[in-house]
Amino acid sequence: MSNLGQAIHIKKEILIRIIKAFLSEDFEKQARLIPYVMRPKGMEVPYRCCVYKERAIIKDRTIAGLGFPIEEDDETVSLADYAREALEREEISDKNLTVLQAACKGCATNRIYVTDLCQGCVARPCVNSCKFGAISIVNGKSVIDDSKCKKCKMCVNACPYNAIVKVTVPCEDSCPVGAIKKDETGFASIDYEKCINCGKCTAACPFGAVHERSQIVDILKAMKSDKRVIALVAPSIVGQFPGTIYQLKTAMINSGFDDVFEVAQGADITANNEAKEFMERIEEGQDFMTTSCCAGYNQLIKKHLSEIQPFVSDTKTPMYYTAEIAKQHYPDAKIVFVSPCVAKRAEGFENENVDYVMNYEELGALFVAKKIQITELEETPFIVESSKQARIFGYSGGVAESVTMSLPDEELVKPCIINGLNKESIKTLKKYAATGKCEGGCNLVEVMCCEGGCIGGNATLNTQRIAKKAIDNLANNSQDIPKVE
Amino acid sequence: MEKISVKVCLGTTCFVMGGSNLQELNDIIPRKYGDKVEVMGSNCLGLCSINWEYSRAPYVKVDEEIVHEATVEKVLAVIDKKLGN
Repeated sequence: MSNLGQAIHIKKEILIRIIKAFLSEDFEKQARLIPYVMRPKGMEVPYRCCVYKERAIIKDRTIAGLGFPIEEDDETVSLADYAREALEREEISDKNLTVLQAACKGCATNRIYVTDLCQGCVARPCVNSCKFGAISIVNGKSVIDDSKCKKCKMCVNACPYNAIVKVTVPCEDSCPVGAIKKDETGFASIDYEKCINCGKCTAACPFGAVHERSQIVDILKAMKSDKRVIALVAPSIVGQFPGTIYQLKTAMINSGFDDVFEVAQGADITANNEAKEFMERIEEGQDFMTTSCCAGYNQLIKKHLSEIQPFVSDTKTPMYYTAEIAKQHYPDAKIVFVSPCVAKRAEGFENENVDYVMNYEELGALFVAKKIQITELEETPFIVESSKQARIFGYSGGVAESVTMSLPDEELVKPCIINGLNKESIKTLKKYAATGKCEGGCNLVEVMCCEGGCIGGNATLNTQRIAKKAIDNLANNSQDIPKVE
Repeated sequence: MEKISVKVCLGTTCFVMGGSNLQELNDIIPRKYGDKVEVMGSNCLGLCSINWEYSRAPYVKVDEEIVHEATVEKVLAVIDKKLGN
């Protein structure tokens, strides 16, 4: 769950209003009115200079909610036009993120900066610490020459007065692969060749500038058509909504889905297959294997870490197996994966059995728009109940435990966990790939892109502690996973 | 002295709009106030259906006082005020 409070609140409110507009008599008109309803004439202006700017920003956010890139908006196209275009479109884009660049204005460029606290001391540790000759003394105070500064932070650490600071750009700092940058114009933009869709920038920007391009209109359209629409809910959904997972299933059916599958059902297959594969690989003499179910990690491998591929499990993800099962049950249906993160959008796009991806925020918005009170509903069972271990796939350590518990001899495994991808952990993985060995004799590496696992995904609705409690509560009332031969 | 009652709305709107983590109050309140304050989850309090709609969710009721855009800190501050802390 992001700590961005109001920024996230606004995004969710816009999604609710888009859904309500879709369900109204006149989608185009109601979509056009969203900025005016949210910032009516005479309202106290909450964040920006004036109500007009507030509305312009809300319009931009609504563009993302309708599934379009904000960067390409030339301001002449109305939200009514966007709404119509969303209704007419047949395809979705593989570019899942878009930046509200107007919000980047408030954010200073990434640099090292000498504050007024500089005492102009005699020792000049900052000057001495700088290997690039970037610091000189002007009028008795340190000054940094930005053209020479390499942002190594040696001077920051050297100053005894803490007078030198690194001005950070949260989106840039959060990105593990350097895919988002404030360019020379001062606006952040995403390099999609590098982006692994981890969603860390969406959660990091305090202006809420990075948006997911929603497919909610496409999903609502599918619900309105004569096709069946089937939802696959990721294991991390438990604890993200009030009530039980069985009440959640009823809520989803009441809100327009024809059936709901637990992706934990596919996680059982993933765990079993991965356990078999693990035994084979160890027998063949390989020192370690990494898991392969995290979409963010799979994107990282594809775009930045191909050298680790020989050590990555060939087993498919829980989404893959569950979508396959759902497609067998309902061959003509539209399949919607319900996800905690952006990365699964990328995986869904590549999977021929998955038509759309919606995140937990969007599902929540759908419930709110349709006035569904989950805790007051009857429970609907799942046809296949998943195992205890599959149901804990959504938190860090869960996948490793599932694989371990699937093995006839649990002693075979020495698991270790990459709990969140960042510059450091990527270095660690590179080292494992280069040496063919892990630290401490670990032979099963669970890789989770988000810290805490899927319950730390950018679109989650609850704190990790409460979410984990809810997951454990369900898991402890579930059967153990069957062991492989 | 009568117990202060804290009702955390578990309606879908409040939960989705950021009320999920208000469940932390179930642990914090007994620890902090002992039996002076009683905390409970509640079905939808109906506050999102009045004129503010969801824009001011999540809601918590401390006795008869409505806390909108509730956070753990905000709710504790209201309780403290009532207790004269």
